Amino acid sequence: MRYGDVTAVTGISFTALAGQVTAVLGPNGAGKTSTIEALEGYRRPFAGSVRVAGLDPIADHAQLSTRIGVMLQEGGVYPSMRVGEAAELFCAYHGGVNQADQLVARVGLTDRRKRTWKQLSGGEQQRLKLALALAGAPDVVFLDEPTAGVDAEGRILIREIIRSLADKGTAVVLTTHELGEAERLADHVVILDKGRIVAKGTLAELRGQGAPEEIRFSAAPGLDLASLGSHLNGSVQELTSGEYVITAPPTPVNVARLTGWLAERNLPLADLRAGRQSLEDVFLRLTGNSDV
Amino acid sequence: MNAFVAQVKAETRLLFRNGEQLLLTLGIPVLLLVFFSTVKVVDLGSTPRVQTIVPGILALAVMSTAMVGLGIATGFERKYGVLKLLGSTPLGRPRLLLAKAATVAVVELLQFVVLATIGALLGWRPHLSLLLVIAAVLLGTACFAGIAFTLAGRLKGEVNLAAVNGLYLVLLLIGGMVVPLDNLPAPLRAVGRLLPSGALSDAMRQAVGETQRTGRPWLILMVWLLVAATAAVRLFRWE
Repeated sequence: MRYGDVTAVTGISFTALAGQVTAVLGPNGAGKTSTIEALEGYRRPFAGSVRVAGLDPIADHAQLSTRIGVMLQEGGVYPSMRVGEAAELFCAYHGGVNQADQLVARVGLTDRRKRTWKQLSGGEQQRLKLALALAGAPDVVFLDEPTAGVDAEGRILIREIIRSLADKGTAVVLTTHELGEAERLADHVVILDKGRIVAKGTLAELRGQGAPEEIRFSAAPGLDLASLGSHLNGSVQELTSGEYVITAPPTPVNVARLTGWLAERNLPLADLRAGRQSLEDVFLRLTGNSDV
Repeated sequence: MNAFVAQVKAETRLLFRNGEQLLLTLGIPVLLLVFFSTVKVVDLGSTPRVQTIVPGILALAVMSTAMVGLGIATGFERKYGVLKLLGSTPLGRPRLLLAKAATVAVVELLQFVVLATIGALLGWRPHLSLLLVIAAVLLGTACFAGIAFTLAGRLKGEVNLAAVNGLYLVLLLIGGMVVPLDNLPAPLRAVGRLLPSGALSDAMRQAVGETQRTGRPWLILMVWLLVAATAAVRLFRWE
């Protein structure tokens, strides 16, 4: 994908399956929107091919438009249009596949039906945008940063809707720059950085990929690091107060040794992670970017 | 409901909800019609003032709706991603544009009914050629819509708003819409006749009045239509 001389994304290849949530994750400027807009038919790839439900998003636009739902990152609704009117209009585009009232109720905006777009809060606007994307009961939905600017309650609702879409067989493709959202929502994650894919796979695969030989745990601050290290045949560091990392293979034997050492001293164990990384660990290791 | 019909209804409803749009499409033309028909600001000779004023105001109504109303709405819809999102729906871009054209037609019809009625109450007696009225409205609308899409499809929302309003004022003043071109100083009159507003005013005078029929204003409108449509097709951006 190029804009003038600037190549925004290159060498992107992934497949989003029906009944699954695929998250395109990356820092701002990584090329997430460029990628999703190629799928939506807004951008023509400079090279390569894009297929949605077996169709070309640009050449087969008319046919595809009845089968996809789009939620843009920014706007998309007439500022002075009421919630109920917008829902009715989008239902009419799709020949009344859905009922406008049900659509509005589904995103919890029934008591906002008479409000205009500009009278809604940021979170309510996001919920309306999601509802409009679902007006045609689409087979594939594209959601660009669906939970951005949404309060905690709204996020839970949006996540539930996304999950239920996938459970009913819809292919959901979303972008996010928030690791937590990808971790909560996605079956598959595609990590982008500077316009390239740096990793892709299921959450479990990504967390297992190149997992470092270490055990992380939390306990009381100021443990005797030398004593613990010799007990485990590895080195121990206190990263921050009460947060420790042991450089040793995350085997059951080593975990047992750690818990044994703590038990002898009657020290409580607050947290323990062995052989598995959070998506954040993977992301930071792959992109060297903490700006997410 | 059919997507196209739903779109026309939605656009028309939004337009009438918007106070500025109502002021622009109905308020100002009615005000100018009544004021210039009853108050002797400009010397219009021996014919009843309203005979001279109505055709210009009808031309103004077309310009208000097809250039200013359409241009401002389209500019902001582009800014707010409305055009972009609707392009992804089964409505699609071609039908979105057709719906906008139909909305303009609905508003123009309403304007003509209101303005003709008020004109009649003020003593206006038209010498109507329905064919020429339709031709003038179609040509004028297409011309001004082309200008509207060129500006709205290229400039930022607020810049577009200012540009369209400025253009409206200039085209109104030296386009023979309230002050007939014959009352302007010669150099200004020459420029005015070449403007789309001046040409449309002249064409409208032929369509509803007793002005001698010539091809000149129609030709000027066609040239403007060609220029504006080409510019719109080349310069318009959906987002």
